[in-house]
This record gives sequence, C-alpha cells and structure tokens, in this order.
Amino acid sequence: MPEPLPQEPFKSGGGRAPEDGVIAATGMGGAMDLATSEGETLERGPGPGDGPSGRPRSLWSDAWRDLRRNPVFIISGLVILFLVVISLWPSLIASGNPLKCDLAKAQEGSQPGHPFGYDGQGCDVYTRTVYGARTSVTVGVCATLLVAILGSVLGGLAGFFGGFWDSFLSRITDIFFAIPVVLGGLVLLSVVTSSTVWPVIGFMVLLGWPQISRIARGSVITAKQNDYVQAARALGASNSRLLLRHITPNAVAPVIVVATIALGTYIALEATLSYLGVGLKPPTVSWGIDISAASAYIRNAPHMLLWPAGALALTVLAFIMLGDAVRDALDPKLR
Amino acid sequence: MASTAEPILQVSGLVKHYPLTRGIVFRKQVGAVKAVDGVDFALGKGETLGIVGESGCGKSTVAKMLVNLERPTAGEIRFKGEDITKLSGKALKAVRRNIQMVFQDPYTSLNPRMTVGDIIGEPYDIHPEVAPKGDRRRKVQDLLDVVGLNPEYINRYPHQFSGGQRQRIGIARGLALRPEVIVADEPVSALDVSVQAQVINLMDRLQGEFDLSYVFIAHDLSIVRHISDRVGVMYLGRIVEIGKDAEIYDHPTHPYTQALLSAVPVPDPEAREHRERIILTGDVPSPTNIPSGCRFRTRCWKAQERCALEVPALAVPAEFRLTTGPTAHDSACHFAEEKQVVPPEDPSDDLAKGRE
Amino acid sequence: MLLEVRDLQVEFRTRDGVAKAVNGVTYGVDAGETLAVLGESGSGKSVTAQAVMGILDIPPGRITGGEILFQGRGLLKLKEEERRRIRGAEMAMIFQDALSSLNPVLSVGDQLGEMFVVHRGMSRKDARTKAVELMDRVRIPAAKERVRDYPHQFSGGMRQRIMIAMAMALEPALIIADEPTTALDVTVQAQVMELLAELRREYHMGLILITHDLGVVADVADRIAVMYAGRIVESAPVHDIYKAPAHPYTRGLLESIPRLDQKGQELYAIKGLPPNLMDIPPGCAFHPRCPMARDVCRTDVPPLYEVDEDRGSACHFWRECLHGLDG
Repeated sequence: MPEPLPQEPFKSGGGRAPEDGVIAATGMGGAMDLATSEGETLERGPGPGDGPSGRPRSLWSDAWRDLRRNPVFIISGLVILFLVVISLWPSLIASGNPLKCDLAKAQEGSQPGHPFGYDGQGCDVYTRTVYGARTSVTVGVCATLLVAILGSVLGGLAGFFGGFWDSFLSRITDIFFAIPVVLGGLVLLSVVTSSTVWPVIGFMVLLGWPQISRIARGSVITAKQNDYVQAARALGASNSRLLLRHITPNAVAPVIVVATIALGTYIALEATLSYLGVGLKPPTVSWGIDISAASAYIRNAPHMLLWPAGALALTVLAFIMLGDAVRDALDPKLR
Repeated sequence: MASTAEPILQVSGLVKHYPLTRGIVFRKQVGAVKAVDGVDFALGKGETLGIVGESGCGKSTVAKMLVNLERPTAGEIRFKGEDITKLSGKALKAVRRNIQMVFQDPYTSLNPRMTVGDIIGEPYDIHPEVAPKGDRRRKVQDLLDVVGLNPEYINRYPHQFSGGQRQRIGIARGLALRPEVIVADEPVSALDVSVQAQVINLMDRLQGEFDLSYVFIAHDLSIVRHISDRVGVMYLGRIVEIGKDAEIYDHPTHPYTQALLSAVPVPDPEAREHRERIILTGDVPSPTNIPSGCRFRTRCWKAQERCALEVPALAVPAEFRLTTGPTAHDSACHFAEEKQVVPPEDPSDDLAKGRE
Repeated sequence: MLLEVRDLQVEFRTRDGVAKAVNGVTYGVDAGETLAVLGESGSGKSVTAQAVMGILDIPPGRITGGEILFQGRGLLKLKEEERRRIRGAEMAMIFQDALSSLNPVLSVGDQLGEMFVVHRGMSRKDARTKAVELMDRVRIPAAKERVRDYPHQFSGGMRQRIMIAMAMALEPALIIADEPTTALDVTVQAQVMELLAELRREYHMGLILITHDLGVVADVADRIAVMYAGRIVESAPVHDIYKAPAHPYTRGLLESIPRLDQKGQELYAIKGLPPNLMDIPPGCAFHPRCPMARDVCRTDVPPLYEVDEDRGSACHFWRECLHGLDG
C-alpha cells in the first residue's frame, strides 16, 4: 500500500469537527436541508412497484391485470360464464322439457333436433344435460358461499382472538378432517328423504367449513402479526376496526382461491353422491343421476353417459383452472 | 437538555415474562422467556433517551410495553405521574394519544390496502375529538408537508414509495395526534445509508418543532449517540449501564458496554491499527435460562465468584460515588472501572480538515 | 491479477421493463488482497458477484457484455460443467443469511463433508474427519460433538462460521462474502470479521467483501470499489478514500453516517433517492442527487478518470471534489 501522504492537504472527509463544520455543514448541509424538504417532494421516488404511468395500483388491480393476460383464466372464465347463463335461462338454448320423455325412443342415438340422442327413459339427453347445469351450479355456488362464510368467520375469529376457543376449534376441525367424505355422505344422506338440493348442500357445508376455517385462521394469524395492525392498535383502534379495516382485506385472498377450487370439487361431489343414490333424487335433473342411470347401458348406448359426464368434467375442470389462475394472480410470492 | 423537573415518563421495575406452555387444549406452564426482567429509567421532557442492545436483549419488548401493545408482567410505567399499565377503556385510549410509536420496518408497518391519506388520517377516525371531519384532509396534507412529502400524494398507496418515504409516512401517522412522547423502535435500520441520515435529521427537526420526547431504540451505537441525550445499554432483559451520552461513550464503566463499543466498526482505516478490541467469547445466553447473579458473567473477562452470587444493582458504583466526574453514572457491575474504548478524535485530523 | 472483471453488463427482464443492474463494472482482486465493494441496495454489487460466481438467475438475468477473467481464464466462455468445477473448489461464496443457505435436514457435518465427497471423491468417513477439522479451524467449540448437530441448533454467529468453513473447505483462491455480518450483532460481527481476515492471511486468498457498512470496510479492506446504479463510481486504496473521497457520492456517504466518537449536529444527507434501474438518469447517474452537478453531468457519462496510479473516480469534477473546492 503506497503511503497516502500526498493526499493529506486536500483532506475533506469527516465533516463533523467544528472547525470545518462551518464550511461543510452550511455549505452542503444547508443546501441539503432545502433539498430534503423540497428536492424530494418534487422528484418523487421511482419505487420498484411503480407503474409506468404512476397510477395507483393495488393487489386487486394487479391481479386483474395478470388475469386478463392469462389464457387459462379467459378460457375457464368463458366456460363458467356460459354455464351460469344457461343455468339461469336454460330455455335460451334448449327448447324442450327435460321431464317430458317418450319411452318409445329410449336409448336412440343422435337425430335431427336431438343431437345428443335419448336416454333410457326416452328423455332428450341434450335438454337434460343443459338443465343439469342448473343443479350443479346451484349446489356448487350455494355450498361454496355457505362454506366460505361459515369457515372464514369461525376460523378468522379463532385466529384473531386465539386462546382456548382457538385450540377448541382447531381440534374440532381435526375431527372433521378425519371423516371420509363419501362414506360420511352415504351414512348421513341415506336417512334423508327430501328431494331438494338442500340436504346435499347442508352436508357439504358440514364437512367443508373446516377446510376454509383452517385457511382463514392461518391467514388471519399472518395478517395479525403485521406491524400495521400493531400500529393501529397503538393508536387505540377497536378490535372490530382491526378486523374489518386491517386484517380482513389482507387475509381474504387465500380464502377466495381455496373457495374457487372447492367449488369445482363440490360439483363433482354432488354428482358422486347422486350417482351413489344418496344425493339428489329424481325428478331433480342432475348430471350425477343421469350418469348413474346411463352407466348400466355403457356398452349399448355410450352417448347417454358421455354427454352428462363430459359436461361434468368440463365444469369441474373450468372451476379448478379458474382457481389456479386466481391463485397465481393473487399469490404475492410469485410476484 | 434534560430537565430536572418531573420526568414525563418514569419506568420502574418493568418485567415481561412470556410463559412457555405445553398441552393441546388445556395448557400448563413449563417455563418462561424472561424478555424484560426489571427495567428502570426516566425520560425528561424534550429529552431523547437512547436504548441500545443486541437482538434479544428485550429492547423492543420495552418499546411495546411503553405504547401499551404488551401488558407488563410487573412494574409501572408512569406518564406524568399516572401509572398507565393498569388503565383500560377510555382512560387507556386517552393516554395512547400521548405516546405514539414509529416502527422499524416501513414495508410492513403501513397497510398495503390503504391510501396514504387513510393511513395518516386513521388516528382521527379513532380519536374523532381531535379533528372535526371536514378538517381532516387538510390536516393530513399538513402532516405530509411537515415530514417532507408532497401533499398531493394523499391518494397513493404505500408500495408507490421508497423505504425512506414510507418511514416518513409512518412518522406522520405517529405525529397526527400531537403526542408528547414518541417511541421509535429501530426507525432507520431497514433503510439505506444515504436515506438514514435524512430520516434522522427529520426526527431531530420534529423534536424541536413539536416539543417531543423520544425513546429511541436501536442496535446501531453510532446513530444512538448522534440523536440521544442519555443512553441506556440493555443486556438480556436489563439495563446494565445508563447515563449521559458522553458518560456512556467516552467513560463506560460496565464491561459489556466497553465490549459493545469496542466492537463497533469505525469508518476510519487509520484507527484499525491502534484500536483496542475486546472480542467477547460465546453467545448471549437464552432468556429462558438466565445466569445467576450478574447476567453478563458468562461472557465477562472480569467475572469472579461474587458475580455468580450477587445481582449487581444499577447504581453509581461505590468507587465513583464520591466523584462528580463523567464516571459517576449508573452501572450494574461489581467491578466497574473506567476504560476508554472509543479513541478520541485524532487532533491532527482536525488540523487537516481545518484547511479546507 | 487473481480475478478481473472487465466492463461487465447485466440486465434483468421484468414485466415492467428492463432493469439495468450492472452497467460496465470493472474491478480486480489480487491474491491475498481484500477488495470491498461498497454500495446501497440496488447498486448492483451483489449481482456482479453472482455473475462472477456463475449463480445469476438466467432468466430473468442476462449478461449482455464484458468479461470475467479468473486466473487468466475467461469464465463467461466456459461451459457450465467447467464453471461448476470451479465453483466451490477455486472460488466460494459466503451469504448474508446463513440459516437459509444451509440445508435444514442435513447435519452440518454431512454438509461440510459433502464438499470433499463431491469434489475430492473422499469416502464418507474421511469426509467426516475433514468436517471436524474444518469446524475446529473456524473455532467452533467442541467440534467433534457438534458435527452431528443440525443448523438450527447453532446460534447465528456459529452458523456464519459454518458457512465460512464450507467456503474454505477446498481452500479456494477467491472468496466472495456478500454482507457476511449484516444479520449479526455487533459483538458477534467482530468475531466473524476477525476470523475471515485471519483465514485470508493464512491461506493467501483473495477476498471480495460486499457490504453497505463503511465501518466494516475501514476495518478490513485493502481497496474499495464504490458502486452506484450499476457502475463503479470510485475505486481506491482504503486509506485514500476515507481521507479524501474523489467522488461526491462517496463523500456524501462518508459524511452522512453518524460517528461513534463524535456527537454532531445535523447529519449531512444525500438528497433524493437511489435511481430506478429501469430509468437511469442520462449522463452521470448520480447527477440528480449531486450538490456539484453542472450541465455536463446531465449529458455526458463520466469515464473512470485516473486520479492516481491506483485510484479512479467517475466524476467530471473529481479534482474539485478531492480538493474540496465546491463548498
């Protein structure tokens, strides 16, 4: 290392000794003071999260921007939109009556006006497949909404308050997780005689809430630990304010993702239960019932099985794909 | 700067133990993390008290208790003579207006779903008596201006700001209710060096402008010296030495303080050859299992039998009690002695600077 | 020269645009020398090191220019397989966060031994003996008993020692330490820095120390390269730079840190914020924050002017800065 003597006379570092402080602190520090209060306000900091236009961006608008570019979301979204429309107004695309059957035409194949052919009872498969969407969507949407509300309220409160009720609720969810869904359905629903969709929805809510509750509890606990919750608490904010204003908006994303994926599985579960004879019962029109009825004739008349089964698979797939796309868009770890 | 009048904040015998429990639904206690284990200090009006210590020494827990985010296991925190640890409801809310906190991490201390206006305005929602509704927007914009941000940013979200700017937002929120005491927990340690100075200068300026008293908690000894009038050094849940900044930095008498100060890298390559380093061996013991007697004895080069038996009190050590010099300050050591570890500034340095 | 980086350029493609992380960095380290690369977050100091090590994430990263010479070999032209053989054996890296750099499900003995099994083809048993030896060398007490322990059973300082042991295992010629003590407490920090300095002397290694802490640099470095917005703005022997910085950014940094031995009035603060790497200001990237900026700074990118034989500054007005004629 060369001796740095030559530089000695020009020394300008330090800056805190009183002798040179007069020059350095007023010369640079003084100018600086203006700069912090003005300079920085004028040239606004281009943070990494800044959009080119500088418009406000939130998680939701970011997620929406992502989703709009995602072909998986567009395809599954269109399929779901179509399903919702035909379950609200099935007559838009199917003019027949799903319950008007003609035994004489039983098991007949595709013919003009009846592209999907006829089933074992001589009912039009196309009309029944279209009307079946209504049942599936009703069951899926109702079960998901109820599960999401019940699960996130219970899980959220348990996560927020902690203590005895939290432990208690956690053990209860463990017990529910231990119940095999299909076996539980066979046992519980076999005693029900009602032919509406409600017992099936009730069963799904009973077994479904622990899943959401666990997710909600976890994300509330994560959100609760954030400093901004502590900051609001230090200001004297009430518990309801903390929950509604600070925790819920930051904890809701995982619940939405799981609920969207669950919607698809509930539709599949309804069909499974109906197939097993404990879910929906005729005269309700359901893909599960039709698949069950058609399975006996799979060799002679496969079209009876193919159409409702295809519709079911497509619907479940669409919801699961939507859930996947939403998760990708909302998961901050992937950003 | 410290006034001799009644302190604005008086802490005595402050203790926080977190129980360690076992069991699934019904829990039983099997031990305790002694995060804070008997802390006393006083904060004068307009004064800045720095609290330094390594991670896990309990300094952040002290901060949380001061702003009532944690309830102490024992001890008192008197704000203008009133013990605030027993308060609840309205009375607690009223006290909270007067003691506010600035958090360490500007990235997690602002709700990402709220605009800057909502964040700084939230104190007024919670304490509506402070500002009438129509007045709030203007008040928020004034606050933005005070902390050096453009008042037009009121509708932006936190992620549109850099770390330093976010910390300014956090400071503005802390100022909204016009508190008398601000507890700052590592307010600059998450920021870049060039931005740290901006925030420290801001805090310095606000102290005069708003007549604030600060409790400034940090692990960076240089920053604490810069901003504090008095400094307390914490180790494993207790203050081991406390005094005016020059007393602590230039005349430390507790071996832990001396080790801490000697370990701080000084931005002066000339100092590295002639600086004495006290390199401590081992690690800080676990707060669940604190050594008997003096808690520093397991790492102390002066430790003797007495240290394992007797807890040293935080008081002016006997040998300095009759003096009036800078060594006569509180130090919890049986064998306190002065040792200069921060080299005094090189006089030739000043000479060179003077030529500028 | 043990390692020479010449005009290195790295960019990252993100969905918001191209971030120019490194824009023509040139530096070198000799055997036995400690080079401190100093900079704030986003200055490109870590990205440069990752490019040297060959652990840059590609994509989104992309090396768009320059060369890296290690013992005369151009690293960027080597095949991945050859670079892998150099990594660990001839150059090694120490990271800031030791806990996440160690595998939590393997004992530290297994992880240390792995180096010898993979690179030297030793048996498991010999590798275990070597692991104990290494732990001894980085002064982990009771190494023989602790060799079977898992990373979480060690304290932060001890974990960082294990990281150092791992980097030292094959006695590489170059060690890159990326903020090795930032996550540690001051007293532990001092222990770890001392260990690093000692090992460097003992094995005559080159050490690149990446840090933002001017205090740490002053304690151990021989030379400093100060980075700003992906460029070296000043490069000098450590004594020179602290005595008289030749770049206003270095000078600002030095004056903005509070000192342990002095209680100052107002701190000098560099105004404004570090630049956005997707939109680096034209001319000198520092000009919007510079108290000395003139018209030429807004248009002309300053080259690294030769201040002295072994000293450079990328400032058009380095003379004024060095001689303090700006105040």
